Amino acid sequence: MRHLILALLPCAANAETLTVMTYDSFVSEWGPGPAIEAAFEAECGCDLRFIAPGDGAALLARLKLEGARTEADVVLGLDTNLMAEAKRTGLFAPHGQTPALDLPVAWADDTFLPFDWGWFAFVHRTDLTPPTSFEELAASDLRVVIQDPRSSTPGLGLVMWVKAAYGERAAGIWDGLSDNILTVTPGWSEAYGLFTEGEADMVLSYSTSPAYHLIAERDATKAAAIFTEGHYLQVEVAAKLANASPLADRFMEFMLTPAFQAAIPETNWMYPAAGPDPFGDLPKPGKTLTFTPDEAASLRANAIAEWQAALSR
Amino acid sequence: MAGRIVALIVAGLVFGPLALVALRAEGWGLDWPALRFTVTQAALSALASVLLAIPVARALARRRFPGRGALIALLGAPFLLPVIVAVLGLLAIFGRTGLLNRTLGTDLSIYGLHGVVLAHVFFNMPLAVRLILQGWQGIPAERFRLAQSLGFAPRDIARHLERPMLREVLPGALTVIFVICLASFAVALTLGGGPAATTVELAIYQALRFEFDLGRAASLSALQFAICAAAVLLASRVALPSGFGAGLDRQVAFGPAGWRRVADASTLLAATLFVALPLLMVAQRGLPGVASLPMGVWAAAGRSLVVALASTALTVAAALALALARRRWAELAATLPLAASSLVLGTGLFLAIHPFAAPERLALPVTMLVNAVLALPFAYRILAPAAARIEADYGRLADSLAMQGWARLRWLILPRLAQPLGFAAGVSAALSMGDLGVIALFAGQGGATLPLMVQQLMGAYRMEQAGAAALLLVVLSFGLFWSFDAWGRRAAT
Amino acid sequence: MHGGDVLQLDLTVIWDDFRLTADWGAEAGERIAIIGPSGAGKSTLLMAIAGFVPMQGHIRWNGTDLLAAPGKRPVTTLFQDQNLFPHLTVAQNLALGLSPDLRRMDGVDEALARVGLSGLGARKPAQLSGGQQGRAALARALLRARPVLLLDEPFAALGPALKHEMLDLVDRVAGDALVLMVTHDPADARRIAGRTVMLADGIAHPPMPTAALLDSPPPALRDYLGA
Repeated sequence: MRHLILALLPCAANAETLTVMTYDSFVSEWGPGPAIEAAFEAECGCDLRFIAPGDGAALLARLKLEGARTEADVVLGLDTNLMAEAKRTGLFAPHGQTPALDLPVAWADDTFLPFDWGWFAFVHRTDLTPPTSFEELAASDLRVVIQDPRSSTPGLGLVMWVKAAYGERAAGIWDGLSDNILTVTPGWSEAYGLFTEGEADMVLSYSTSPAYHLIAERDATKAAAIFTEGHYLQVEVAAKLANASPLADRFMEFMLTPAFQAAIPETNWMYPAAGPDPFGDLPKPGKTLTFTPDEAASLRANAIAEWQAALSR
Repeated sequence: MAGRIVALIVAGLVFGPLALVALRAEGWGLDWPALRFTVTQAALSALASVLLAIPVARALARRRFPGRGALIALLGAPFLLPVIVAVLGLLAIFGRTGLLNRTLGTDLSIYGLHGVVLAHVFFNMPLAVRLILQGWQGIPAERFRLAQSLGFAPRDIARHLERPMLREVLPGALTVIFVICLASFAVALTLGGGPAATTVELAIYQALRFEFDLGRAASLSALQFAICAAAVLLASRVALPSGFGAGLDRQVAFGPAGWRRVADASTLLAATLFVALPLLMVAQRGLPGVASLPMGVWAAAGRSLVVALASTALTVAAALALALARRRWAELAATLPLAASSLVLGTGLFLAIHPFAAPERLALPVTMLVNAVLALPFAYRILAPAAARIEADYGRLADSLAMQGWARLRWLILPRLAQPLGFAAGVSAALSMGDLGVIALFAGQGGATLPLMVQQLMGAYRMEQAGAAALLLVVLSFGLFWSFDAWGRRAAT
Repeated sequence: MHGGDVLQLDLTVIWDDFRLTADWGAEAGERIAIIGPSGAGKSTLLMAIAGFVPMQGHIRWNGTDLLAAPGKRPVTTLFQDQNLFPHLTVAQNLALGLSPDLRRMDGVDEALARVGLSGLGARKPAQLSGGQQGRAALARALLRARPVLLLDEPFAALGPALKHEMLDLVDRVAGDALVLMVTHDPADARRIAGRTVMLADGIAHPPMPTAALLDSPPPALRDYLGA
């Protein structure tokens, strides 16, 4: 009986347990979670516990629901588009590190540490000649599947991408693209599923997506189209909470060591934030587009409205 | 009494979380274009599903042929499919590079309002067939014999026997399907073709997930409830009891010959193809990966089975209590969960539980409870008309013999309700198997159910394994449904 | 009204334009037929006594008001149809007369034998003929052993010979019980009923000796009988 009561109580942060809140595909059997858990537990002699309340977008919502009562010590898996809003909650503490990072942009944030990154890109089958820019795509009769920016991080990434590349002209670009958009899905997996089924010529994903097919499936028929405008960068970050256990600092340090970073490429299919390029053969964009977290936060609502207006016609 | 308690619990479970979300709100907001699209697509979907279901149900009611039972069972399948699996199955037929376009050499597009309606018809037309078929089977065979002896033409049968029955059954079926489609989310978004196809449920999702605008989520959710309640009240106003007396349990086929036989056969063939082809595509996609399914998928399947069985027990008990109450409030309580946004439900329950316990420890019990609540409207719809008929036919006799309470339940209601009970349990179990519900909000590490596993596999690029896990899900859902349904039909004879 | 009456009626049933009054009594063991034009309220009167129809006034049994729920009244009712549950066996249908939860089966076989249905207990009602279904319902009345038996034309669908057989069976089965029997056939009344209630123009008249009533019927009854 006592066990039952204990099991039902929010467990008082046991010094031996570190709780990391992250997105569900991170902890799944095929994500980096299991390998990272084993490696960190061996190193710290503690218990690493993941809670995974949904996809990346759900993390912030969950954190806001829980507020300061959250049992999480570390939140892992927010991206640059959501950082400013996450910081405004006041729940996070500075990481206090000066890490050596391999990112295409400089990193100076004192609260959030990157653990992996990638460029958004349209993935296509190699039997078609891909467009080399949004304008070329708009002029073609190719059909693409994208995700809804209101429910998916890649969807939001695309809207920010067009905004970063075209600024004031973004609305016009969306007008041109609207007849190329086959449909809009709620999340990444539905869109990617439609693409692999052959419904669409291209799908919004990452420039590293073809690596999955190459490495895991020995399938060289998928490639990412490189656009001359440059590609929008997604950086996935982690931060520790203000009242976290001391183990949180150890975890944040561990995050940028090879034991963690080596697990990333072939589970998350992203570039590790610290370490050698695992996908040397993949084509890379000539230019990286990005917004600061504050810019991203202030542009977001307007960019989504432009997207929505153009596609609702 | 039991019905009153159940109604209160259901209302508490549906409105409590909404209230908790609203309490945390800092403002309100509505979304009129989303509302308009939501109502339009739901109304069209309900109308199309029910109109197409009538000839199918009639053909099934008046014909006897080998494989009829299997066909009726097959009709349970689409409704029980996880949405994304079904959508991919439909695309394999109706998609840009689907069977239809390849065969005809055309470039028909499924994306848009018509695609949304098509998918909803795929999901709900078979459900409508089952609901209407129950009505047909509820017309005593003696009536048809009487009609035949009076030399009734099929037209006269339609007028005197079938139309009164349809008037009783159709408003309920229309309401259920309308309300199901109101809360549609993934179908509308995936096949809708763009943000013009935004439903209220998507707006709720967006408000909760990205904007964390609890006020907007709560007001949209309240709006969804209001439409649902209006639909239910309207339907119960239109529904007239058809006044059929009881008959002894004899079943006969009464199909007219001639061109009507050909018409029935073609109707059944078309319905079978419409339902079976996408299912075959799902099977064909899934089979290659079955052998390589990881252990975690089987463990998740076990968890899903346990959750499904437990929530089925809850659903059927609650639906029975409400059906036996035979009151307007019972009907309202039983229909409300249809319009409940599972996101708002999950968020509210989370707010309720979080101060007291770690949510992921309660993931499975909460999933069980929410699935039970969400399946209740279907179970109730199936049981209520049958329960009303039992009371009308045998209520006096049971009263005169002082059969009350347990004796009435055990010796009158349960045996005479066996067939709808089995069907209701089957639907509840399969819905609970396939429903993502709130598990995503509560899930911790390693507690995933099978639908969540499918999503995780897709999220990890493993489309083939996801297809296989989806097939496993379909087989298990269908197996549960079939077992309960077959039990009900056996117990009824 | 006289001292030997076990059942005393002083009631009015009002439904919209319909009105029915009865003010008379009946003795234990009597066989009373209720006769009158269709729609006059013969079944309504019976259902009021059985407890299914709301009414004003009193129904007294042995001097106390009958207010109990239908199943608790000292009454067994045979309806026009639906007297057997089709999903239960004949034996189970009978045993409901002993206890509604089917916990007792004692005496079922004897009751079946007394109505001539020996060996048919395991059948379902649908496997019985119309006459046999009537017998089964009577056998249950036997097991219930209530002092009042109400018959709402349960044998109307049977042929004359079979019906007479059933009425004789009713007479035997009822024994000391009071029988109130709705019928539209004067021959039924003559066969077993010592007294007959004429129901016309909203009034259930006090019971009169059957032979006298039918031999020289009052005008309302004469119209109905067409004599």
